Amino acid sequence: MSTTHVVDKIDETLTPQQGRPPFNVVYEWLRTVDHKKIGLMYIAYALVFLIIGGVEATLMRIQLAIPNNHFVSPQVFNQLFTMHGTTMVFFVGMPILFGFGNYLVPLMIGARDMAFPRLNAFSFWVSAFAGLLLYFSYVGGSGLYAAGSAPDVGWFAYAPLTAKVFSPGHSTDYWTLAIFLSGIGSIGTALNIVTTIICMRCKDMKLSRMPLLVWLYLVMSSLVFVAVSPLTAAQVMLTLDRYLGSHFFDTQAGGSAVLWMHFFWIFGHPEVYVLVLPAFAFVNEIVPVFSRKAIFGYPAMVAASVGIGFISLSVWAHHMFTVGMGAAANTFFVFATMVISVPTGIKIFNWLATIWGGHVIFRTPMIFCVAFLFQFLVAGLTGIMLSVAPFDWQLGNSYFVVAHFHYVLVGAILTALFGAFYYWYPKITGRMMSETLGKWHFWLFIIGFHLTFDFMHVPGLLGMPRRIYTYEAGRGWEGWNIIVGIGVVFQAVGTLCFVCNLVHSYLKGKEAGHDPWDAWTLEWSTSSPPPDYNFAVLPTVNSRRPLWDLKHPEDPDSDYE
Amino acid sequence: MRDTVAISIASTREAPWTLPYRGTVGMACLIVAESAIFVIFVVAYIFYLGKSLTGPTPAQVLELPIFGTVCLLSSSITVHLAVATLRKGMLRACTGWLASTVFLGLIFLITTAREWYHLIHDEGLTIQTNLFGTTYYSLVGLHATHVVVGLIMLSLVLGFSLFGLVKEEHSEKVETLALYWHFVDAVWVVVFTVVYVLGR
Repeated sequence: MSTTHVVDKIDETLTPQQGRPPFNVVYEWLRTVDHKKIGLMYIAYALVFLIIGGVEATLMRIQLAIPNNHFVSPQVFNQLFTMHGTTMVFFVGMPILFGFGNYLVPLMIGARDMAFPRLNAFSFWVSAFAGLLLYFSYVGGSGLYAAGSAPDVGWFAYAPLTAKVFSPGHSTDYWTLAIFLSGIGSIGTALNIVTTIICMRCKDMKLSRMPLLVWLYLVMSSLVFVAVSPLTAAQVMLTLDRYLGSHFFDTQAGGSAVLWMHFFWIFGHPEVYVLVLPAFAFVNEIVPVFSRKAIFGYPAMVAASVGIGFISLSVWAHHMFTVGMGAAANTFFVFATMVISVPTGIKIFNWLATIWGGHVIFRTPMIFCVAFLFQFLVAGLTGIMLSVAPFDWQLGNSYFVVAHFHYVLVGAILTALFGAFYYWYPKITGRMMSETLGKWHFWLFIIGFHLTFDFMHVPGLLGMPRRIYTYEAGRGWEGWNIIVGIGVVFQAVGTLCFVCNLVHSYLKGKEAGHDPWDAWTLEWSTSSPPPDYNFAVLPTVNSRRPLWDLKHPEDPDSDYE
Repeated sequence: MRDTVAISIASTREAPWTLPYRGTVGMACLIVAESAIFVIFVVAYIFYLGKSLTGPTPAQVLELPIFGTVCLLSSSITVHLAVATLRKGMLRACTGWLASTVFLGLIFLITTAREWYHLIHDEGLTIQTNLFGTTYYSLVGLHATHVVVGLIMLSLVLGFSLFGLVKEEHSEKVETLALYWHFVDAVWVVVFTVVYVLGR
């Protein structure tokens, strides 16, 4: 079989012929089933929502910067924190991680596309529609009762606040339907990723030779089945309650508000791991390449990831210590929560051991990963503090909790994501991102992050509850809230540097070539950006680092594995 | 122009590289996700057992749907035979077994419909009546929805099969559908046990 023949045949079918310049591009992207284009659409759509969610956060911090502020009304503040949380989890976190997964997984396992390309496109468009539906509530949410516009029940929408009597109008329905649809999209994409990994690997890529990123996406996607499905089921119940008058969460008819909490957090806590596992995945790829060493303890890393996947299913009720579940349940969830720090600790030590003794190159992707290591450690430590039930009784629902989980979401996940952008941007666009702007982005963002979220722990310890729209002067919270607000400015300017870098590098960036980092996984063996068919000849691998074997035939990895 | 570097390391002639069929794996994933959804509804049913503030209770109104259950469980055997005959190239027999599967599934749906009619019309139990009504209709209704989806897909395959479009090479695809149908049956075993045996 000749290579040129295959290439010609594929090129012919994929050349868009319809319409004139602006329209043919739009048409091509609308109907595409290519995993790279869908991945990029996921990322672009998530970045738009990241900006929207960021603006919502900024508005809340302006409101809270000084006591007795009247920048926004209490009603608007409720909508802001609801929309901020929902947007960031469902329409930034999930799509951006699925976007990277879509783009990278087939390339890293040497496949030409996902297992189900059309399902892939369907999942993306359903998720995109869900995001638009959520924001359409600002226009269409008032309904017949003309009450409220955007959802204002909080991102975990505790019953009975969501009942028809307490949430008249349709704003809560927009929330429910948006989550439901986003769940369908997530399950579709997760199904696709698992099937792709199991059924589409190139010749001789055994499970034990898969890049760790692929392993982590396998665990993360499997977790989506058992984590997101319960939320979907709970949304069906909530819709039945609101529209057909059933009584699942209706306490007046004997229903239980606590049941909703359980159902929500059975989703909610594994969801944290669904979001953080891809962040681990990026670090797993970036740290070895910039330390010029193979990853330390590959089997331990795989075992720890799978372990995290399982344990994460038994920790949900640590979100509910303040509910009063009784001593036995509290004890179980305290221990389960503490146990999960063991595999997580294994990961941190393995990353450190990978860096240890390596020839470390501090380019932008690597410095983001170093920041990730430090910040994720701190986030884990406050997590262990909160896992102790009596400590949680004291600080549950305070700004300490808000600071803790933002440390995970921003300090760990978003930081690793930024690293991933700098690392794979050359592959995606064919151009390097600017190092100067990258360093500005890093320092501004990290300084802003620490100003905001380090100092946010303190008002929490001093008793400031979350979700209050304002507070009185003289409680000792003012100074801390000002510092927290100042940090937001730094983060916003840092993010602006990042956006400028994306645009500027796309137009003027240095040509990257197909392997700018001298890396070892299969995506770097094809051109940048990869052709539609990814690989003209499907690769065969003999070790975990196929490109190392190719570059160093005298000392291949396959001798050691 | 070659813009792609192929990694061709002299491949020694070893065992051929075969991976599982993607339809089977995809369906297995879907089944895991669907099971999680059913688990939540079953948990809600069990959690609310005996917590209704008003009647009627399950013991007063529910009867064992033996006939429907036998039909549905038998349809698992017929759909298996449909796949088995298709794999051997016995296309006529396959069409016959597909038709009996659809027929048995329809009978099950009719028994459910009659049961619901009885509950709503004679006993006055609706989804709004009490917690039993809420959890009963949503759990059994969710299962019935899956039966309907399965019947639509099976009828499509039956239609193709009647026009002679289903051939031996499609056996893997039909098997994927059969897998879904087995799942629907297995869920019914759980629903039957929880709702009609333990819950009464």
